[in-house]
Formats: sequence, C-alpha cells, structure tokens
Amino acid sequence: MTRLAKLLRTMPPTAVFGLIVIVIYLVVALSAPLFAPHGQAEIVGAQFEPWGEVYALGTDALGRDMLSRLIWGARNTVGVALATTAIAFSLGAVAGLLAAALGGFVDLVLSRAVDVMMAVPPLILTLLALSALGPGVLNLILVVALLDSTRVFRLARATAMNVMVMDYVEAAQLRGEGTRWIILREVLPNISAPLIAEFGLRFCFVFLTISALSFLGLGLPPPMADWGAMVRDNAALITFGDITPLLPAACIAVLTISVNFVIDWMLHRASGLKE
Amino acid sequence: MLLNIEKLKIEAKGEEGWTPILHGVDLRVDRGEVVGLIGESGAGKSTLGLAAMGFAQPGLRFSGGHVRFDGTDLLTIPERQRRAFRGRRVAYVAQSAAASFNPAWRLIEQFCEGPEIHHTADRAASEAFAHELYAKMHLPDPEHFGLRFPHQVSGGQLQRAMVAMAMACKPDLIVFDEPTTALDVTTQIGVLAAIRQAVEATGAAGIYITHDLAVVAQMADRIKVMRHGREVEEAPTQQMMQAPTQAYTRSLWAVRDFRRPVRAVDRAATPTLRIKGITAGYAQHNVLNSVSFDIPRGATVAVVGESGSGKSTTARVITGLLSPSAGVVELDGQILPPRLAQRSPDQLRKVQMIYQMADTALNPRQTIRQILSRPLQFYRGLTGRARDVRLHELMEQIELTPDTFLDRLPGELSGGQKQRIGIARALAADPDFIICDEVTSALDQLVAEGILRLLSRLQDETGVSYMIITHDIATVRAIADDVVVMKNGQVMDRGQQAEVLDPPRHAYTRELLASVPQLDPDWLRRRIAEGVE
Amino acid sequence: MSGAPAGQRHPLLRMIAARLGIGVFTLFVISTLIFLAISLLPGDIAQQVLGQSATPETVAAFRRELGLDQPLFWRYLDWIGGVLHGDFGQSLANGRPVAALLAARLGNTMFLAAYAALIAVPLAVTLGLLSALWRGRMFDRITNVLTLSAISLPEFLIAYILMFLLAVRMGWFPSIADPGASPGFGEMLNRTFLPAITLVLVVTAHMMRMTRAAVVNVMGNPYVTMARLKGASRWRVVTRHALPNALAPIVNVVALNIAWLITGVVIVEVVFVYPGLGQLMVDSVTNRDIPVVQACALIFAAVYILLNLLADVVAIAANPRLLHPR
Repeated sequence: MTRLAKLLRTMPPTAVFGLIVIVIYLVVALSAPLFAPHGQAEIVGAQFEPWGEVYALGTDALGRDMLSRLIWGARNTVGVALATTAIAFSLGAVAGLLAAALGGFVDLVLSRAVDVMMAVPPLILTLLALSALGPGVLNLILVVALLDSTRVFRLARATAMNVMVMDYVEAAQLRGEGTRWIILREVLPNISAPLIAEFGLRFCFVFLTISALSFLGLGLPPPMADWGAMVRDNAALITFGDITPLLPAACIAVLTISVNFVIDWMLHRASGLKE
Repeated sequence: MLLNIEKLKIEAKGEEGWTPILHGVDLRVDRGEVVGLIGESGAGKSTLGLAAMGFAQPGLRFSGGHVRFDGTDLLTIPERQRRAFRGRRVAYVAQSAAASFNPAWRLIEQFCEGPEIHHTADRAASEAFAHELYAKMHLPDPEHFGLRFPHQVSGGQLQRAMVAMAMACKPDLIVFDEPTTALDVTTQIGVLAAIRQAVEATGAAGIYITHDLAVVAQMADRIKVMRHGREVEEAPTQQMMQAPTQAYTRSLWAVRDFRRPVRAVDRAATPTLRIKGITAGYAQHNVLNSVSFDIPRGATVAVVGESGSGKSTTARVITGLLSPSAGVVELDGQILPPRLAQRSPDQLRKVQMIYQMADTALNPRQTIRQILSRPLQFYRGLTGRARDVRLHELMEQIELTPDTFLDRLPGELSGGQKQRIGIARALAADPDFIICDEVTSALDQLVAEGILRLLSRLQDETGVSYMIITHDIATVRAIADDVVVMKNGQVMDRGQQAEVLDPPRHAYTRELLASVPQLDPDWLRRRIAEGVE
Repeated sequence: MSGAPAGQRHPLLRMIAARLGIGVFTLFVISTLIFLAISLLPGDIAQQVLGQSATPETVAAFRRELGLDQPLFWRYLDWIGGVLHGDFGQSLANGRPVAALLAARLGNTMFLAAYAALIAVPLAVTLGLLSALWRGRMFDRITNVLTLSAISLPEFLIAYILMFLLAVRMGWFPSIADPGASPGFGEMLNRTFLPAITLVLVVTAHMMRMTRAAVVNVMGNPYVTMARLKGASRWRVVTRHALPNALAPIVNVVALNIAWLITGVVIVEVVFVYPGLGQLMVDSVTNRDIPVVQACALIFAAVYILLNLLADVVAIAANPRLLHPR
C-alpha cells in the first residue's frame, strides 16, 4: 500500500490526469444505461435541436438525443476498440514469443509475413480487406486486429529476442527445459513491462483506426452510437458555426491523450530505472 | 602545480534524489608527472578523472570542492571557457576506442579536429604532427594510416590512434581511463609501450586510471588508491608497491599470491571428459580445428587463450549448443550426442555451466529459492521438505546464510554473491563436470579470489571436475592442475601446469607469459628495451 | 582501403541490389494480395454486385466479363499485365475505365501530399533536432506534451477544428477544398491550405518524436562524449558528430511517416471534399467497386514501398562501414 501511495505521489500531473480520465471513461462505459437519459436509437425530438434543458447537448440529424448517444458511444466505441486490441495483442504476443523462442523456420516465415503486411500503410490494407469482406462489426474487429497484431509481433519478438540471448535462458536450455517453460517462466516475466505499455499504445492506435473507419462510414452499423460516425453524420453543423459534431471527436481525443500520458510516464519510468 | 583538485564532491541522480559518489577527494598532479588512480569498480576513479577536465557525465553533478587547472578553477568558469581547456590543455583517452571514435569520420579528420577547434596549428602542421605521432606509435604506413575509418583498423591500433589524437594539441595533461582494459595481453603490451614512449617524448603529465596493479606500476610515478569514492592512501610507486600502509591496499596486493597446493591427479583412470578431434564453426568458417584434450577425473583444467582463440566455442560444443563438423566428446567414456536435444536428462545433469556475467546468468524475476529449486526438482524430483534441506545445504556450501538470501531477487545481491548463486545452481544438479566460463573476470580482485578459493574447496569436497576458461594467467596459476593453451581455434600446448608454464614450453605460451604485466615497476622498461612494439 | 579484387563487387552495391530485390518481391506479394482480395472471397462477387434478382445468365455473362471463369493464375497475369500498361479494368459502379477515373484524381492527391510533405519534413526534422539538443529542458517538455496530444487526436478532429476556426469563424480559407477548373498555382495553394496544414500537423507530430528519438540515441554514443571532451561546442557536436550518424535513421523516420501522410490524405480528402484518390477509394469501398479499390490500394502501396526502398538505399549508402569496407 505504501508503495502504491509513493508511486501515486511521484506521478507527474499529466499521468494523474490520464489515470483519472481513464477511470471515468470505464465507469461511464460500464454503466451507460444508468447515465443515459435516452436509448441510443431512440428518436426523441426534431432534428438538430439546440442545446437546452430538454436535450442537454441537442439532437442529431435524426432527432436522437446527443448526450445519450455520446454516453452509449463510450460503451460501443471503447468496447469494440478494447476487444480488437485484446485480440491483436494476444495474437501478436503469442506469435512473437514463439518466433523468438523457436527461431529458425517458424521465425523466418512469421517475420516475412509480418514484413509484407507492414510494407503497406495499415489503413490501405484495412480498406481493401473491408471492401472484400464487406461491412460488419466482426469483420471490422478481425481485420483491424490482424493488421495491428503485426506491430505487437514486432515488439514481442524483439524484446523476447533480447531476453533469449541472456545466459539464464541458455542455462535453462542446457538444463533441458522445454519451450513452454522458457517462454512462460524465463522470458515472459522479463518483458511484461514493455508489453503492458505496448497494450496501451496499441489501444490508442486501434481506437483511432476504428474511429477513422467509422468516420469514413465503414464502422459500426447504424443505429449503434459510435463517436466516429456521429462526427460524420452531423458534420454539416460545423459550417453553421455549431461545434456539437466536435464533441464525439473530443471524447475520442481526451481518452487517447489520457492513455498516452499514462504510457509516456510508464515508459519514461522504465527507461529511467534502467540507466 | 598543474592540477589541484581539492575536497571534490560529486553526486549521482538516483530514484531517491541525489546521492554522493565522491566524498571530498583531493588530487594533485605536477607538470610531467603521471599519477595512477587504482581501485575496484565503483571507487569513483573514472569520475575523478573526468572531473579533472571539469566534466561530469550526464546524471552526475559537482556539489563541492575545486578543480584548479594551472590556477583556474574549472568549476566556477562558464562552459564556454571550460571548452577552451578541454582537448587543448587537458585531453582524454577512453577505454573503448572503437566506441569513442566517430564511425563517420576518417581518423586524420578526428586527429585534426582538436587543433582546428582550438586554433593551435594549421591543417598541414597538424597532419604532419599526426604522421610523426603515428610513426612513433609504430602504426603501419603512418603517412596514410589516418585516411582509414575507425572500423578499418584493429583494436590495438585504434587505441594507439586515440593516444595520438589526445596529443594533437600538445596538452599539459592527459587522462587515461583504462586505455588497455578491453585489449588482449599480447596487444596490451604494445599499447602500453606506445603510451609510455609518447608521454615521455612530449613531457605531458598524466592521470592513469586502471584496476590492474601491475599496469599502474609501469605507468605511474605516484599511486592513489581509492575505494567507495574516498581516498585510501597515496604514495610514490615504489613505496606503494613495497610498503602499503592501509589494510585494504595490502589485501589488494595479496590477492595475486593465492596458490592452491599441488594435488595428485589420477591421469590413468577414464577421464571425466575427453574431447577428440573437434572441428566446429559457423557457416563456412571453422572456429575450432581438431581440438583434443582430456579433463581427468576430479581435476581442474584451465583452457587459456586470447579473444578468438576458440575457448568459448569449445564450451558450446561440449554443452551441445553447437554441433561439431568432426570429432566427438566423451563423458565417462561414453560418446555424448552432439546436439542438446538428443542428450538424456542424466547426461544434461552431469555437465553444468557457470557464466562470466552473473548479472545475466540469473533470471532477475526469480528469487534465489526458485532459481536453486528448479534443478533440484527437474533432475532429482526433490520437493517439499527434502528440497528445503538440500537448499540449505547448498547455501551453506557457497557460504551464504540461507535465511537471509533465499527469498531475495538477484538484483538485491552483490556481484560476488550472484556468482556464488551461479555456482550453487550448478552444484544443485550434482554434476560430474562444470565449465567455468571466465567466472572471475567481471569481478573485483578480492571478490574473484574468494570465488577461486570457493571453487577449490568445493572440488576437494565433491570431487567434481572443472574446465576453467580464462584469459588470465594468474587464475591459471592459482588453481589449474592441467593447462590447455589455445590460439586461433587450435591447441598450442597442453599438459600439467608446471610442464606447460614453468618454463613456458611453446613459443606462443612464452609470448603470452612475457606480455603479462609484472608488479616490478621496471618490467615495461625492460620489455621495451627488448624491442616490444 | 585497398580496392576490391576484380570480380567481387563492392558490398555497398551488393546490399543495394539485395534491398531492391526485396522491394520488388514485396511489391509482387502485395499485388498478389490485392488481386486475391477479389478472388478468394466467400460467395460470388458477381452475384453480390448484381443483386439477388439477377438471372443466372446475366451473372454468368458478368463473370465472363470479369474473367472469373479463367484459372486464377491467368487472371493474375492478365490483371498485372494490364496494370503495367496502365489498364486497371473497368469500374463496377459506372463501367468507365478505372485508369480514367484515377488520372483526374491522382494529380490532386500528389499535389496535396507534396504540399504537406514539403512543409512537414523540414519542420519536423528541425524541431526533432532541437528537442533532442535541449533534452529535458522546457522546450523539450512542452513539445513532448504537444506532440503527444497531436498524435492522440483523430485526424478528422484536427481537420474540423481548423475548418471551424480558419474557415467558418475567420473566413480566411474555403472550407471545401475544391480545386475546380484549372486554378492558378497560387489559388491552388490557397484552396488546399486547410487540408495540407491538417496533414502537416498530423505528420509533423509523429515524425518529430521519431526524429528526436533517433538523435537522442546517437547522442548517447561515447564518441559524442569524446567530441565534447575535445572541446567541441554543443552546436558542433550535434551538427558535425551526431548528425552524420543520425542521417540514416532520420531518413528512415521520414519514409516511415509517409504512412501517416497516406492515412491522413484519405481522411482529410473526405473532410474537405477534395477530389483525390483517397476519397475515391473510400467511396469505392462503400460501393464495393472492387477494381477501383484495387487500383487505389496498389497505387498507395507502391508509392509507400518505393519511398521506403529509396530511404533504405540512402541509409545504406550513408553507412561508412559499407561505403568504406575493410
């Protein structure tokens, strides 16, 4: 407990801010039905109602309550991004660890495949894959997760390789330990810090990618509330000097900035301790 | 007086704020005089050496005292004026020349940079001076040597080029920071001779930092012994070598005297390990060429050689990490399968290994208990109470208190303690044979001696055989029964210690022994007179 | 330093040749992937495009028209052969040749990307150098927070904020970047200013952070300390000692960040309704006009691969170890 207190005391203000924001988002996402005055698909009034007492943030192009959709959006958008990151991370980390531990042919094949996938900007491959597979939440999650897992693979493989050349791993190999023991007991505990930081970075990236795809009309299907799509649907208001369409975008930005602040502090701390 | 450092305090930035690493140290250097700084790692000698240039490494800061160079306090003048001293009045020779030369510049450009910055000579003059110095240091083709890039030059030549570069502005003082530590002994002697001759020729004063007593005895007029950021004692070289006043200094001097009593080794019995005609390498390049030798039962065999001699590759073949293209390894008269994966658990158990860097040999995320329990459980199936009993026995064998250490992580142990855990891990397997790969070379001398004594005692108690891989003749003399001398992947000579070393039987062994610095301060002078380049 | 023996080529040339080989191979694999996107789909693309109401005859005719009745390998050769002659097939949406659709837009996108890159690259490299030079000082800390925030923002948010402030509020620039019928160069710069500056902000943040990291890495080398101990000024240390060695990593950083430029282009074109390749690609993905998507993907991929190839070659050529072998 004292260690935790000390940790919190030595955190820079940016990281504290980030942590608080992340917690708020999680609470809102988990208990969206409690906070949202209306359902996400519910048409409650005329279109583009102004801000006021009835509709705190007005209504959208179809007359749905903006505030409610923002709150539901937290659940949908963050949920999809988290699921995608989790898949990308598991896939990339497992493949990366295996490539590092087994080496040889497995490593060669996996690494070359990843090289090819990373030789093209990810958004372009995503657009290509989505046009081939068609729209849908599942396709979206799988395509983004697969493409993003390449970055996790690179990091997991590189950090695991650094550990694999350590004498204590050689000692385990000489003892006769199998691949499973070496990955789980010798390598994994020593790369957990960079992997956790990477999870945060990947989340930000996935979150922005999915938001961008939603904004381009390729995200969650309507009428699900989704921050990227909400910007697109109401963008016309901006030319009339109304900033309401920027609110969902701001929601995205505040979360990614917060996560990045926390990760930045973690990485800084990890590198500082090494010196 | 050229340099007068008084009550110098330096602090390092840590997790808990600034902690002192130099606690008010004095250092005086007169013109033309060489002062040796000697001490174990963490003594603060390099920090003190850099402070003589008014420089503190990133993460360090000056927190008190004075650094007066020719009357000017380098700590109180602005950075701009300090720069006028660096390179011009006081120059620096680093430990690793390979890392300290800019890879993108030709050597001559780097030589001429100092004179250009400080306007001490025009380009033609400094090039001419470079050629003169290169010639004096016996560098090949001095007129054109400087046209090379750092990666095109060997380690010993690069280190000499750095000494030459330090002299480019004809400085009053040169700081030598372990300039030969990274070199092989046969290379080191040439660099030492070059430094000695160059310093004498230019009349520059020097601060010579090293952990090697014999080296400092050759180079310094006066020696200062340091420990934990404090001065232990200081005296002229002769006096310091013959009559040190402090107990710590005497203990440093005494380390070199450790000799294990000569033991009877049964060479008629089947040897623990027999290496027969091993040829091995990577890709098309052979690192080992038909290497053969025996490890008699219960004996210590030292495999000695310089970098690239193939001694570590031999260990990799024995452990099964590298399959030989020819030859076999026999354990107790039985042929060992060449590849690790083909060996039985019992074969794996019998051959154990102790590593040079105790830091990387122990998993930093496992407690000592976990590290030592695994082989007990893996090979012997020991669990519960039986395992705890054996754990305590092992800890007592390596002279560490079980209750204090078992639940610590490696990061909480000192270098010597970590190395002892490495030994315990090998012992836990009840091996017949242990490979010790440079196990003392990363340790300070006092700690290293403790490890050698421990290894000897454990051998007497358990009858295990050792193969000691080392580049250090002192280690060989201290504990080896038999010696194998290797060079370029071949065995030059092998036999009992006295046969191989006293007097050296093979020409290469002779060269090796003649290159090892002696405590006698006149040793280098004699060797130069004999014509060392 | 002695010249390489006859018959043995300079290792630099060998490295570059090897890198070019990998580049060509990657292009081949990517083109195959892009081609397969249409061919290995679950279900029948012809059926999907024509809808459930289409008669079997029309579907069969359409399949023949697409060449779907040919073996896969021949179709690939046919397709890639066409591509190499500038023939990308016909749009499924309107039957026009894809090449004609692209031609009008490719120039627009290239103009926008070049406009942004010409501002972003020098800006990012300079700022990255400065913050590496002043590591830990106020400038570095502020730029760290700013760039961290900038890379956390969705591209469309930056675009809309700029549009809101500079176009709607101030009225300095048009909110819709329509080049219209052949405007003058100055007019074009003005009309595309908002999308270009959005791209600059996005790309600069990424590129600057990576440049800083590359330079900081080089600055940690002992030879940099050595230069200071020779009395070199901070400026000299950075420009003469660190920069030549940081050149290769910086070039790679610039090339890598072309990915952000391409991603940004797609989104920015949609926001500002700019008639470029990105917008065309997004529209075609929505309509599942696969030949157009393939053509756009191939162009974006090829540009990115070629630029990275170029960067690698420059980085290899800047390495003294390869330039001056033993």
